[in-house]
Amino acid sequence: MGYSNISRRTLLQGTAAGVIAAASVGRLARAGDVTIGIVYVGPRDDFGWNQAHAVAVKSLKSLPGVKVVEEENVPETDACAKTMESMINLDGANIILGTSFGYFDPFMIDVAKKYAKVEFRHAAPLWNAQKHPKNLGSYFGYLNQAHYVDGVAAGLSTKSNKLGFVAAKPIASVLSNINSFMLGAKSTNPNASVQVIFTGDWSMPVREAEATNALVDAGADVITCHVDGPKVVIQTAESRGVKTCGHNASQAPLAPKGFITGAEYKWETIYKAYAADVAGGKPMPNMMSGGYEADMVQNTAFGAGASPAARAAAEKAMADLKAKKPIYVGPLKDTKGKIVIDKSYDNLDPYLDQMDYLLEGVVGSIT
Amino acid sequence: MSQAPALVVLIALIGGAIRVSTPFMFVALGECLTEKSGRVNLGLEGTLVLGAMCAYATAYHTGSPWLGVLAAGAAGAVLGAMHGYICKLPRVNDIAIGIAMMSFGTGVAFFFGKPYIQPQAPRLGALPLGAWTGNPQLAASLEVSPLLLLGIAVAALMAWAFANTRWGLIVRMTGDSAPAAKAMGVSVDLVRFLTTTMGGFLAGIGGAFLSLYYPGSWNQGLSSGQGLMAVALVIFARWSPVRCVVAALLFGAAGAIGPSLQSVGVNQGYYFFNAAPYILTLFIMVLSAKSKRAAHDVPGELSITK
Amino acid sequence: MVNVPNPVALAPPVYGSVPGDLSVRIRRSAEYVAIPFFALAVSALLFSVFLLALGKSPLEFFQLVERGGFGTAFSLQNTLQRSAPLILTALAVAVPARIGLIMIGGEGALVLGGFAAAVLSIPMVGHLPPFPTLCLMATAAMVIGGGWVGIAGYLRHARGVNETISTLLLTYIGIAIMNFFVEGALRDLSNPNKPSTKPLGEAYMVGHIPGTDVHWGLAAGIVLAILLQILMSRTTFGFAVRVCGGNPRAALAQGLPVGKLIVLCAMISGACAGLAGFFEVAAIQGRANASLVAGYGFTGILVSFLARHNPVAIIPVALLFGGIVASGGLIERRMGLPDATVLVLQGLTFLVLLVSETLYGRFAIFRVTGTVERT
Repeated sequence: MGYSNISRRTLLQGTAAGVIAAASVGRLARAGDVTIGIVYVGPRDDFGWNQAHAVAVKSLKSLPGVKVVEEENVPETDACAKTMESMINLDGANIILGTSFGYFDPFMIDVAKKYAKVEFRHAAPLWNAQKHPKNLGSYFGYLNQAHYVDGVAAGLSTKSNKLGFVAAKPIASVLSNINSFMLGAKSTNPNASVQVIFTGDWSMPVREAEATNALVDAGADVITCHVDGPKVVIQTAESRGVKTCGHNASQAPLAPKGFITGAEYKWETIYKAYAADVAGGKPMPNMMSGGYEADMVQNTAFGAGASPAARAAAEKAMADLKAKKPIYVGPLKDTKGKIVIDKSYDNLDPYLDQMDYLLEGVVGSIT
Repeated sequence: MSQAPALVVLIALIGGAIRVSTPFMFVALGECLTEKSGRVNLGLEGTLVLGAMCAYATAYHTGSPWLGVLAAGAAGAVLGAMHGYICKLPRVNDIAIGIAMMSFGTGVAFFFGKPYIQPQAPRLGALPLGAWTGNPQLAASLEVSPLLLLGIAVAALMAWAFANTRWGLIVRMTGDSAPAAKAMGVSVDLVRFLTTTMGGFLAGIGGAFLSLYYPGSWNQGLSSGQGLMAVALVIFARWSPVRCVVAALLFGAAGAIGPSLQSVGVNQGYYFFNAAPYILTLFIMVLSAKSKRAAHDVPGELSITK
Repeated sequence: MVNVPNPVALAPPVYGSVPGDLSVRIRRSAEYVAIPFFALAVSALLFSVFLLALGKSPLEFFQLVERGGFGTAFSLQNTLQRSAPLILTALAVAVPARIGLIMIGGEGALVLGGFAAAVLSIPMVGHLPPFPTLCLMATAAMVIGGGWVGIAGYLRHARGVNETISTLLLTYIGIAIMNFFVEGALRDLSNPNKPSTKPLGEAYMVGHIPGTDVHWGLAAGIVLAILLQILMSRTTFGFAVRVCGGNPRAALAQGLPVGKLIVLCAMISGACAGLAGFFEVAAIQGRANASLVAGYGFTGILVSFLARHNPVAIIPVALLFGGIVASGGLIERRMGLPDATVLVLQGLTFLVLLVSETLYGRFAIFRVTGTVERT
């Protein structure tokens, strides 16, 4: 068993973004037989977050010598640690994928320390080479880039210049999505503003419907969201006759008249890379993240609500992002007037992972 | 902002009252009937969820949302019948059975409902009662589901029946004094069985509203205690069907407070606004619990208030 | 003529033994064990029929329950860990049940108790040594949890508000309070993606029972169960509670302070659940956040009913349920059944158990004549 050299790159160094970390420490996996255990926080078919992972992992099932075991509805308590241990002990899993944010600390860290021979990967950019065990790692797609593209198209699709965002909880990745959406809209329509309503939890269908109605009542004519299962938001918006942008998975079939485009993860890129590493007997990288430039996010195919101008602008934005054009270019103020973005930040800069503010141009508050 | 904030909130409250109140209304009416005959059915939360699932599944497979509504009612009736049958056995605590039915009904609904989380079922239409107003937001708020009108009709029918028919009298007597009913030759168990079954039927329809109209989708987070709040509603309404309707409208409006306040810029403390229905329920339960009027209206046999 | 009564006829008929004899006690308590076992067997049978109708093998199901819950060393540890909070939340239901109240506010008291513990930890971590800090946190959790459910007890006593509904409403309100503070004023800003209070840090967390993988909450639960059993069956307080539970009017007539007893039982209930919250924060999560809302309160209701609200009996029942929950994941993965399967089994068990209440007193085999009524 050999160890390759540990590279010094850590999350805290704000240097130019690496797409795939060179740090590949860990035991060489045996080529061939592999059991992947993946843990979902909700149901696999929620038209949202969990479905995106399930669809991606399906591509692994057809690979020879690869077995996939899945478990759904595992809460972010010690239950997830026990589930992972159960997969290792009773199912013989040698790769564990934890897909919910709250699985990492302390659960995956503790389980990774306990089972040094198993590789653990977590879907959020939390792994730190100095603090965390080497058989643990992170992967993440910067969905805010896709929300930026949504915003670009939405800015050209609104007549009232009001865009509505139904958000679950005010955490960094959600706030980044909201801010990027707003920046994208403003780039094509300087008069656009985004109004956000927080429902308080990841999946609350009645509240999501109420929030959508409230936003439309307040004048928004394009609605998007960041909740675990966007089905209700998109359906409600469609029934009110406004346009929509999707999130997490393709909700295009739900809004035949008003769908513009949607922000989707492309977890396949990462999962296929992991499977290829394992099949080839190579160690899996500890950190795999990126946006358009790494083909880890994508936008849903344009729907009937996307005008030719919106399409063209969106496609140009996608090309720009592939070329690593930054979204957050300072100086930008938050809703309270304080300057929070002072210069131009590369899209994968860790500073942006700490976002806890809404930028000027967004109407709403965090608590 | 195209309109004054207060107006936006008011419109949202009206819309909320119309949209969100219907499940409360049906469950409250069903429970009102059950409690009038002297039995408590706390399992209506499970009935609501199971009704929602059955409605969605049936509508999806048959293409007809109204068949879904019927299926939901049937499922609710089955659960109600179970509750009614079990509770007449001696030494059985009907409140505990209600909690058990709640978890059983929810479990069965989630179990069979799994394949239906993703697909889209045909939804119930709405009557655009607000089309005459020039204001699109008001028009949207005033879109009324036929189920709401049905609920109001059922309430009126119940109120009339309680006061004017022999059957209504029997139900009330069973609820006020079982010995007196028995002396009249009425089978107390049968009456309660029937009212619990009917109550379940109505609650199931309430569930159908959730999955087929608003929010119009099936998943595991659909109900958040609405069934139990409806039971509290009945106490607040002092067992009168018409007051149940009013209370349900009030609750629907309370449910819309959180999001609508956020939409006009009142952003602080949205958790508490979202908890408004629960706080409201507790508040009115405290107020109405020992008031003189409640003591007068309560069915004498009801274990919940003994 | 004097009638001399027939001496033989006068002697009391002896049906085998004198009350208080061991065989009599066994026969009397046998009913309390046999009927629940029978109920469990019936629900297992019904559930098997359910599985067969779905084309799944009941045998495989129960084998997986055995394997995933008790069969391997890992499974056993898993089960013990899952049972720990269940013991405490079941006690939270059992104590008020003795006084005739059905209180289901364990979930809310757990959340607020855990939150209180986390809040108290903020000024103390780093300034006080771990052991006193943890003791203070546990006390805070019990006080806050007890106070919260005590509200429902008070409302029941003062205004006659139905305690089942009020405790459930208080649960939702308590969760909202926790979320409000955890996401707002008390949020740990270094953790942008999961709103939580400040972490306790390794040094301040409750550790594992030596030699096992299970935290001390299990031991605390067992100890508390035994203590409460002693309280309920051997003290005047416990006796008063049981009298009130049997017949409130008679108790009032006797001059028992029914209202005070109700509020006290409610507070004990909340304290048990609050302690469970403390362990969730101090032994598992290390901080307070939305993951505290994990449904332990609701499963605890079922456990308590199955144990007939007897604190000591709660321990094996909690283990059984911990095992079922622990094996749930394995069942889901191997048999392709949705995770709601465990919910169905739980609901079914609960129902059958409650129905079995009617069987008490019906079977002659358990009847021992000439004895005092059961309590």
